[in-house]
Amino acid sequence: MIELRDLHRHFTVGDVIVHALDGISLTIQKGEYVSIMGPSGSGKSTLLNILGLLDQANSGEYRLNNRNVTTLDDTEQAKVRRDQLGFVFQFFHLIPRLTAAENIELPLMLAGVLPAERKTRVDEALQHVALSDRAHHRPDQLSGGQRQRVAIARAIIMRPAIILADEPTGNLDRHSATEVMEILESLNKSGIILIVVTHDPQLGERARRKIRLVDGKVVSDET
Amino acid sequence: MTMPWRDYVLFAAQTLWSSRTRTSLIVLAMALGVASVIALTALGEGARLYVNNQFASLGTNLLIVIPGRSETTGINPSTMIGSTPRDLTLADAEALLRSTYVQRIAPVMIGSVPIAYQGRERESVVIGTTSEMMQIRHYTLTQGQFLQESDSSRGAASCVIGGKVRDELFGAEPALGAWVKVGDWRFRVIGILAKQGQSIGINTDELVMIPVASAQALFNSPTLFRIFVEAKSHELLPKAKDDIREILTARHQGEEDITVLAQDAVLSTFNKILGALTLAIGGIAAVSLFVAGILIMNVMLVAISQRTAEIGLLKAIGAPGRQILKLFMVEAFLLALFGCIIGVMVGLITTAVLRSSFPDFPAHAPGWAYVLAVLIALGTALLFSYIPARRAARLDAVTALSKR
Repeated sequence: MIELRDLHRHFTVGDVIVHALDGISLTIQKGEYVSIMGPSGSGKSTLLNILGLLDQANSGEYRLNNRNVTTLDDTEQAKVRRDQLGFVFQFFHLIPRLTAAENIELPLMLAGVLPAERKTRVDEALQHVALSDRAHHRPDQLSGGQRQRVAIARAIIMRPAIILADEPTGNLDRHSATEVMEILESLNKSGIILIVVTHDPQLGERARRKIRLVDGKVVSDET
Repeated sequence: MTMPWRDYVLFAAQTLWSSRTRTSLIVLAMALGVASVIALTALGEGARLYVNNQFASLGTNLLIVIPGRSETTGINPSTMIGSTPRDLTLADAEALLRSTYVQRIAPVMIGSVPIAYQGRERESVVIGTTSEMMQIRHYTLTQGQFLQESDSSRGAASCVIGGKVRDELFGAEPALGAWVKVGDWRFRVIGILAKQGQSIGINTDELVMIPVASAQALFNSPTLFRIFVEAKSHELLPKAKDDIREILTARHQGEEDITVLAQDAVLSTFNKILGALTLAIGGIAAVSLFVAGILIMNVMLVAISQRTAEIGLLKAIGAPGRQILKLFMVEAFLLALFGCIIGVMVGLITTAVLRSSFPDFPAHAPGWAYVLAVLIALGTALLFSYIPARRAARLDAVTALSKR
């Protein structure tokens, strides 16, 4: 499903070259639940960004469904993100002027799905995250946990194969965090690959497969 | 599937609505630009039509014969002074009736003479002419009658006076039938001219008209100042002009020492000048549209730096750069479009108010002014929003998302 082969990513900071990823090779199968952990600066966010096609590796190969996606152009990469990937961010990234329903609808609108179909799919997604009664609230009228659930609904609205979550509970209280993780894990049970980046060991332990990064290298990969 | 335009417009409208104050200020700037183009060109065009109407009141089939040869067709000092090698005479004027293209003629003598009634006196422009003058210049009378055909030939002592002259000399007394002193001569008032207002140079309100033969005696000269000729139709003007030249050249021993002036020539000069003026002020107003365009660019740049995280998100959920470019340009286009709609409405109201306050002044903006104002407004909006929109489209997703 996901195949990474000898991935390198370095940044130039001043005149120092920082190796964020230093030869990562990974294979992730359909339906896996993976946590990526490591201290800050270990390259876990960079890895997630590359997996999400938001960033490009300097060398190495990234194959998604047996297709080399490293060489795609901007439009094709956008299409892969749209159709196959769902993002959940630490800071939710909801658009403040749009209601919960409109935020969830956004990927469908960008994809050119017609309004009638959009509505039924948004309703379904709202139901899935148990927020049907908050459809017309704007983000500032929702609690943190509710915001993250809206973001999850937005991430799954295009029925992606992979969900990439970057510190999804980093901004939530214990109770909301559990709620959010349960939703994400239920999605994983339905066959979606769930990849969670975190520095919280307790959260990382929940995953079936745990990958540890240090200085851009995989130091352990336990199942 | 591609995203339909309707969704672009809705998304942009929602964004604009969420920052209403900023949106309305930009729309206002755009609207003012559009409205000023419309109002200012309406003023210019109004001036042009005003002059046209003034000429039309002179009579459109009118030719004016001036003694002296002038190569230019406009009015210049020599036509005013009239460097005359040979005088125009009454016989010259009557000879013009031989042309089949000439409907009627009116000789004109002119002078400034004191005119008095019972101790009240004023200086007045006295015109010596014939009864035909009334039709040629479309005069109307409030009282009495115009100079009669019989009067002109025998130099009758009758006169027609303008309204202002009447008021100043007679006050509330009846003027019709009274005898006034014009120079050293006495004339009986037979008619009062209706007010026609200013009609290129001569105000009919302040005129005194007497038969041309009487004027020759009064001014002690046989020389005509002008001959007004009315052609049978507008199309026959050039032919009538040729005939006049031919007849007068023959009468002046083969020397062409007259100038025939058509209204058209003068009018077209005025039209050109005022048309250019309209363009110039319209162009100046259009500059304000460019300024509004730059304002839009500024606002879009601010919007993009404020919405960086949103742009990152749009990229993450699958919007390619092209689509982000389009989203922002549609937003700018909508701003300009609202500006145009309000601007055109303000322009229409302004010109309507102008017209109702000054009925003589037909302040209609020409069609091209509307088209141009709207095109420039929309064009600059697209042009100036392209740079910020492209900047948004090229933002690096990771950096954009890291902004909160």
